[in-house]
Amino acid sequence: MTNPNGRFGVHGGQYIPETLMNAVIELEQAYNFYKNDPDFNRELTALFNDYAGRPSRLYYAAKMTASLGGAKIYLKREDLNHTGAHKINNVLGQALLAKKMGKTRLIAETGAGQHGVATATAAALLGMECVVFMGEEDTRRQALNVYKMRLLGAAVVPVTTGTATLKDAVSEAMREWTSRIADTHYCLGSVMGPHPFPTIVRDFQAVISREIKAQLMEKEGRLPDAVIACVGGGSNAIGSFYHFIGNPGVRLIGCEAAGRGVNTRETAATIATGKLGIFHGMKSYFCQDEYGQIAPVYSISAGLDYPGVGPEHAYLHDIGRAEYVPVTDDEAVDAFEYLSRTEGIIPAIESAHAVAYACKLAPTMTKDRIIVITISGRGDKDCAAIARYRGEDLHE
Amino acid sequence: MSKIASAFQNGKAFIPFLTCGDPDLATTAAAVRAAAAAGADLIELGIPFSDPTAEGPVIQAASLRALQGGVTTDKIFALVRDLRRDVTVPLVFMTYANVVFSYGTERFVKNCRDVGIDGLILPDVPYEEKEDFLPACRAYGVDLISLIAPTSENRIAMIAREAEGFLYLVSSLGVTGVRSEITTDLGAIVEVVRQNTNIPCAIGFGISTPEQAREMGALADGVIVGSAIVRLVEQYGQAAPPHVGDYVRRMKAALGELPVNPQ
Repeated sequence: MTNPNGRFGVHGGQYIPETLMNAVIELEQAYNFYKNDPDFNRELTALFNDYAGRPSRLYYAAKMTASLGGAKIYLKREDLNHTGAHKINNVLGQALLAKKMGKTRLIAETGAGQHGVATATAAALLGMECVVFMGEEDTRRQALNVYKMRLLGAAVVPVTTGTATLKDAVSEAMREWTSRIADTHYCLGSVMGPHPFPTIVRDFQAVISREIKAQLMEKEGRLPDAVIACVGGGSNAIGSFYHFIGNPGVRLIGCEAAGRGVNTRETAATIATGKLGIFHGMKSYFCQDEYGQIAPVYSISAGLDYPGVGPEHAYLHDIGRAEYVPVTDDEAVDAFEYLSRTEGIIPAIESAHAVAYACKLAPTMTKDRIIVITISGRGDKDCAAIARYRGEDLHE
Repeated sequence: MSKIASAFQNGKAFIPFLTCGDPDLATTAAAVRAAAAAGADLIELGIPFSDPTAEGPVIQAASLRALQGGVTTDKIFALVRDLRRDVTVPLVFMTYANVVFSYGTERFVKNCRDVGIDGLILPDVPYEEKEDFLPACRAYGVDLISLIAPTSENRIAMIAREAEGFLYLVSSLGVTGVRSEITTDLGAIVEVVRQNTNIPCAIGFGISTPEQAREMGALADGVIVGSAIVRLVEQYGQAAPPHVGDYVRRMKAALGELPVNPQ
């Protein structure tokens, strides 16, 4: 879907300082070589299968299906991957690519800590140095993940600028990359940033939809009627959608974090409330004020707490191929508890946004229809925060 | 010759940067007038952006102070309109792509022309993306300034050949901010620039002392100083303008000791 200039319709591009241009050009050339290199693909597949635990399961959620009384529900279990989320797919791909390029150091941004932990994991495995930038606010909210990253050998740099959350961590990682390029690869965690990142990250995450297609074909002999995933930057969603984009009968539904509601200022629903802009290397939709200042955003989910969305999602929205729906904190927390009780699966609060929308959609569909929900990560990291949300005095 | 090129006719050019609205617009106006009176050849006016990814801590903090003080793009246009009653040195805006794009690029650049802005520096718009902004800049006679970095290498000639106004040569890797030492082989970069364009070339990022200004000025046609001046504003607040004037005078005097290259 990417055109030669890294555009998805009007979205995408390379809006970065001149200092980084040769770095992204070098990255694009290396990626274009290695993506077709049999040895690279063999090594990556081995890492996916033997290390990360792929293919992840496609699980028929019989109790959830019965309780909702409509479409059949399948769960794509990215939560079962090593490190507990889909993030490892992208990180193994990028870390291996960086290593092939002769880089010895990985830097990354992280919000909730999932991408930081995944990057620290890959760095440990491949013998690379690792520095993770994390908003100071998030280092407090996710102290356990900070410890995990350090345990894995990474340095964690708390970011105190701006709102001290995910967008500021991205800005600081970009600044760091500008100052040290020769030995350093910026392992971006989502389908965002300057070209070629949205394409590279999508390709490494596309394993999700490739597996869904094959697994559902085996179980049901057909394609799903809808695929539902949560969207922050949008990497698990684009990974879940990608191999279905050419199948117009499959509805693709991205669930954005509405926070306290799209009519409040405390929201992170970019497609519902943002407008076209240029930030973090890309043209896409961003939450911003009338003068283009990037808005502080809010969601209960640190992983969806980002004021932009990946350029390919912006494009899929423009052409009407995918739908994007807002899901509030309340709805996500209800879904977090619902899936735990109904199926014995505690989803990440991010993924619970997708579960919440599926709970609304499934009862409107007949029993011969099929919905696949991507459970992008596991919810252990969120238990304390959700307990507090429900008024319990629980701290990690 | 564009008005910007004329800034390089008075020996080596000294180009100070100020963040508009830090700590308030009246102080910015007084600091611009002080800098112009002290011999600044061209002045960069920063329109603050919430997330300035090319800036170091000093200008990040100034941007935040200015935004918290309520400055907006429209208020900055009004500031420039007021300055143009008596300030004649070339003025350029330095800001980020989204500030211009969200305002409406054509409307923004037309306003630049109407209030008397001569050029536009967008550090997050490289050569490959300039088509978003160049047509409007051409239409309204506002120079879109190109940047060259220590990592530009094979890109220098391509950028220099299409450059307008002046070329902004980034001295070092990383973001804006004071540096004790600049280690890039800038002489070699300037040589490639000279082979490809006649427009002047100014070096910025990391320069703060008269010694550095002399050293960098010997290599190019001018020097740009941002963080060191913004730090004066941070230190002295509303009392900063005379300190900015003194600083500009010292830096311009240091450059005045250098022989002028034949253009």
